[in-house]
Amino acid sequence: MNRDNDKGKVLLKRSLIMAGVKAFLLLCLIGRLYYLQVYQADKFKTMADENRISTRLLIPQRGIIYDRNDVVLATNEQNFQALIVAEQTTDVQSTLDAFKKIMPLSEAEEERIKRDLKRNKSFVPIKVKDNLTWEQVSEIQLNAPELPGIIIDEGLNRYYPYGEKMAQVIGYVAAVSEKDVKDDPLLEVPGFKIGKSGLEKFLEHRLRGKGGILKLEVNAYGRVMKEIEETEGVAGEPIHLTLDARLQEKAYEAFGDESGAAVLLDVHSGEILAFVSTPAFDPNAFSRGLTHDEWQALVENEKSPLTNKAIQGQYSPGSVFKPLVALAGLESKMIKEDTRFFCAGKMLLGDHPFHCWKRAGHGYLNLEESLMHSCDIYFYETAMRVGIDKIADLARRFGLGKTVNIGLEHEKAGLIPDKEWKLRRFGEPWQMGESLISGIGQGYILVTPLQLATMTARLVNGGYEVTPTFFPVDEKAFRDIKKIEVSPRYLNIVKQGMFDVVNIPGGTAWGSRFDYNGMKMAGKTGSVQVRRISLKERQTGVIKQKDLPWKYRDHAIFIGYAPADNPKYAVAVLVEHGGGGSSVAAPIASKILKESLILDPVKSRPHF
Amino acid sequence: MYKPYETTFRGQRMTIKEKLMNISFWYVFFICLLAAIGVTMLYSAANGHWQPWAINQLLRFGVGLGVMIFFALIDIRIILRYSYLFYFFTLILLLVVEVTGHIGMGAQRWINFGFFKLQPSELMKIALVLVLARYFHSTQLQTIESTSGMIKPALLALIPAGLIIVQPDLGTGLMLIMTTTAIFFAVGVQMWKFVAVGITGIILAPIAWHFLHDYQKDRVLTFLNPERDPLGAGYHIIQSKIALGSGGVFGKGFLKGTQTHLNFLPEKHTDFIFTMLSEELGMIGAVCVILINFCIIAYGYSFAFKSSSYFGKLVAIGLTTNYFLYVFINTAMVLGLIPVVGIPLPLISYGGTVMLSVMASFGILLSVHINRDVTVGKE
Repeated sequence: MNRDNDKGKVLLKRSLIMAGVKAFLLLCLIGRLYYLQVYQADKFKTMADENRISTRLLIPQRGIIYDRNDVVLATNEQNFQALIVAEQTTDVQSTLDAFKKIMPLSEAEEERIKRDLKRNKSFVPIKVKDNLTWEQVSEIQLNAPELPGIIIDEGLNRYYPYGEKMAQVIGYVAAVSEKDVKDDPLLEVPGFKIGKSGLEKFLEHRLRGKGGILKLEVNAYGRVMKEIEETEGVAGEPIHLTLDARLQEKAYEAFGDESGAAVLLDVHSGEILAFVSTPAFDPNAFSRGLTHDEWQALVENEKSPLTNKAIQGQYSPGSVFKPLVALAGLESKMIKEDTRFFCAGKMLLGDHPFHCWKRAGHGYLNLEESLMHSCDIYFYETAMRVGIDKIADLARRFGLGKTVNIGLEHEKAGLIPDKEWKLRRFGEPWQMGESLISGIGQGYILVTPLQLATMTARLVNGGYEVTPTFFPVDEKAFRDIKKIEVSPRYLNIVKQGMFDVVNIPGGTAWGSRFDYNGMKMAGKTGSVQVRRISLKERQTGVIKQKDLPWKYRDHAIFIGYAPADNPKYAVAVLVEHGGGGSSVAAPIASKILKESLILDPVKSRPHF
Repeated sequence: MYKPYETTFRGQRMTIKEKLMNISFWYVFFICLLAAIGVTMLYSAANGHWQPWAINQLLRFGVGLGVMIFFALIDIRIILRYSYLFYFFTLILLLVVEVTGHIGMGAQRWINFGFFKLQPSELMKIALVLVLARYFHSTQLQTIESTSGMIKPALLALIPAGLIIVQPDLGTGLMLIMTTTAIFFAVGVQMWKFVAVGITGIILAPIAWHFLHDYQKDRVLTFLNPERDPLGAGYHIIQSKIALGSGGVFGKGFLKGTQTHLNFLPEKHTDFIFTMLSEELGMIGAVCVILINFCIIAYGYSFAFKSSSYFGKLVAIGLTTNYFLYVFINTAMVLGLIPVVGIPLPLISYGGTVMLSVMASFGILLSVHINRDVTVGKE
C-alpha cells in the first residue's frame, strides 16, 4: 500500500512536469507566431504580393516613320490572330479539325499547337494562326459555334508599305534574340520586336516608346483573377526623314534587275532624298518571320540583297575620281586650265606601259576636254606631277576615306592611300606608278557610293562641307556648314568639264543628256575593272563586256548633278558588274535627276 | 447530502441522468467552439461555400458528439476490462491493413467499409493508451523501475508503432512512440533510461535513415533547408510561412486570404488549415485557437488530477498527451518548426477518421471525469 502511495505521488509529480512542458511548448508556438506574423510580417506581406500580383508590360505603339512629305514608310498594322483556349472546348482536336476546314494548317503548325497546349495550363491561349485577313476573321466569327475555344485577338505588326524599295534604309524589326542587350524590361515580353537593322535599329530608343504596366492578380497556376491597376505607356516618337518616297521608288525601279546602289542628295544641306541598294529584301517578311528557305535564298543570292551597297560596298572610283585629280592639279599649280597633254593611247613610265581606255589615243587635250573624254593619259600626267599626298589631301576634304556615321550599320570608310599609309601598311615606299593609276581612280583607292554622292555635292554646291543625313537639317545646322578650302574658280573649271561630259557630243554620257525646261544634267562616268587585263588580251583585243561572265564585268559608276547651271541635286550611281559607266550607270542617274527636277522636293524647304 | 453533479455514493451505480449531469460543460464548450472555428475555416477554404467540406465536417462533428457521449457514459471499469481485447482487435486490424496494402501494391492505411474508411492506426492511438494504463494500473512501482517490467509495455507499443511506420506512416508511428514515452515518463520510469535510449537512438539514427523512404528523407532534408527545393516539397513550407507572416496581427479578413484563395497554399483544408486561419484571422485568431486547445488540454489534466483511480489518471494523461501531440505537431509543422509529417489539426482539419477518434478519446476523458470517484480494482 505504501508503494502504491509512492506510485501515485510519482505520477502526480511527473504529470505536473509534463503539463508544464506542454504549456511551455504551446507558448513556443505563440512565440513563433509572433516572430512570423509581427516581426517578419512585412517581409512576408511583400512575398505574398509578389506571389499574387503579376505585372505585365504592355507593348507601346512603335513610332511611325514618315518621309519628307509625310508619306508613311513604316507603320503598325493590326494583326489578327486566332487563339485556342483548351479549357473552353471539350475536344481540342475537333475544334482544330473544324478550323482546318476554314483555313488549312500545315502539319508542322498543328504539331506546334499541340505541343504548346501540352506545355501550358488549359486556360492559356495558344496561337493557332496569325496575320489573318479580314475575310478570314469574319469567316471564323461566322463559324464560331463550330469553333468552341477559338478566340480572335488583335495585335500590332510592323508594316513597311514600300517593302524592299526602302528595306536598306528603314531596316526591319524582329523578335529579340539572345545577343540583344536587355536594357529595357520590354525586351523580355514575349512577342516584342526590336529594330534589327537600318534606321529601325539606329532609332530604336526613340521609336520604342515606354511600356505600360498592367498589374493583375493571379492564382498559383497563373490564371488571371482580376485587374488591379493599369498604367498607360507612351507611344514611340514619330520620325520624319528627308527621303522622298517617290524619288526613292523611281530610283529603285531605275535599276531594274541590276545590282547596285544610288544616293541622291540635296547639295546644299546634305539631306538624303533617295538611298537605294539593289536588290533588297522584303522587310515585311522579316518582321513576320522568315522561313528557312526564304533566308537561304537571300544568303545564297550572288547579288547579295542583304548587303547595303551604298555604305558597305567599297569600290575603286575609276574615272569619277578624275575631277578630284584635276582639282588637285589646279590647286597645286601643276596644271592650268589650258594645260595640254598628248594622248597616244599609252605612255611609258620607265619600262612600264600605262594605257588609255582609248587605244587609238585622244591626241592633244586640255583639262576640260580630258574630263569630257575621260582621257586616262591626261590624268596619269597630272597625278605624276601632283603626287599622291596632295591628291589624298584633297580627296579627304571632299569626304572620301572616312565614314559619315550616317546611322546605318557596317558603314565602311573606304580608303584614300598616301605615302605614309603605304609604308605603314606594306612597309614599302610609294611607287610613282601607283600615283599614276590613282590618277584614274584605280589602285588602292576605295570609295562607297555614299561617299561619291557626298563628294559630288561638295564639288557643285560652291565648296560647302555638307554631310549626308536622313534627318531634316534645320536653319542653325544649315548655317553651320563649313566651307572647304578650295578656290571657286577651280571648281567652276571642273564643273565645266562635267557639263561637257553630258552635254557635248562625244562626251562619255552624251547619250544620257536631258533638257527639262532648260535644266540640264552634268556628271562624270566611270568604269572599274574588276579583273586584270593581261598583256596577251590587250594584243588579241580586249573581250567585250557583254561577252564576259557577270562577275567579271566592270563596275559602272556615274556621279551627276542637276540643274547644271545652278546645282540642287547630286547623285551617285553604282552598278555592280554593269559594264560601262556611260552605258549603264549614266542612264539611271539621268532618270533619277530628271525626276528630282520634275518633283523638286527641296523647293518646299523654307528659305533660311 | 446528495449532490447530483457529484458521484457521492461510492460503488453505487450512477444513473444515465446523473452521468449526463456530470459531463463537464466547459470542456464540451471548448470542443464545440474549436469545431465551429473548423467548420468556418472550411467554409472559407471552399471560397465561401458549404460544399464540399464545411457541411460534411459539420455532420461528422454531429456524429462525433454522439460518439463522445456514448463513450462518456461507459463505466470506466468496463473500459479497463476490455482494454486488452480492444488493443488486440485493433492490432489485428492493423495487420489486415498491412497485408491488403501489400496485395494492393501500395501504401494503404485504411479498411474500406464503403460508407466509412476505418484507419486502424487512429484507433491504436486510443487502444495503446488504454492498454498501457491498464498494465501500469496493476503494476508495482518496483516492477516499473525494473528493466524486465518494462519489456511488456515496450513491446505493446513498439509492435503497432512498427507496423504503422512500415505502412508507411512515419508521423503516426512516431506519435505513438511519443505518447508511449510520455506514459512511461508519467508512471515513473527512471530518467537515466530515457537518456540511455535517447543516446542509443542518436547512434542508430544514421542506420534508421537508411531505411527511410526517399520521400521521407526528402521531407526531413527539405525541412532543414526549404530553399533546397522551392518548387517541390519545400514549396509547402515556404508558402505556408508566407501565408502566415503576411496575415500579420489582424489577418487579411475572413475569405480574404490571398495565399489560400489563389491556391498558393497547398492542403489548405487539411494539414495546412491552421496556416489559412492565421492568414485570414491573423495572430489574434491563431493565438485564440492555441488558447482553446490549451484549455482542452488543461481540462484533460484536471480530470486526471481529480480521478481517484490510477487507471483513470493515466488514461486521462495519455489521451490528453495524444491530443496535445496532434495540436503541437500540426501547428509546429505549418509554422516551419518541424518537418512536414502529415498530421492534421484535430477538430479543424477536414477529415473523418481523426475527428471520430479524437471525439472518442474526449468521450473516454469525460468518462474518467464522471467516474472520478469510482474505485477501480486491480483484478
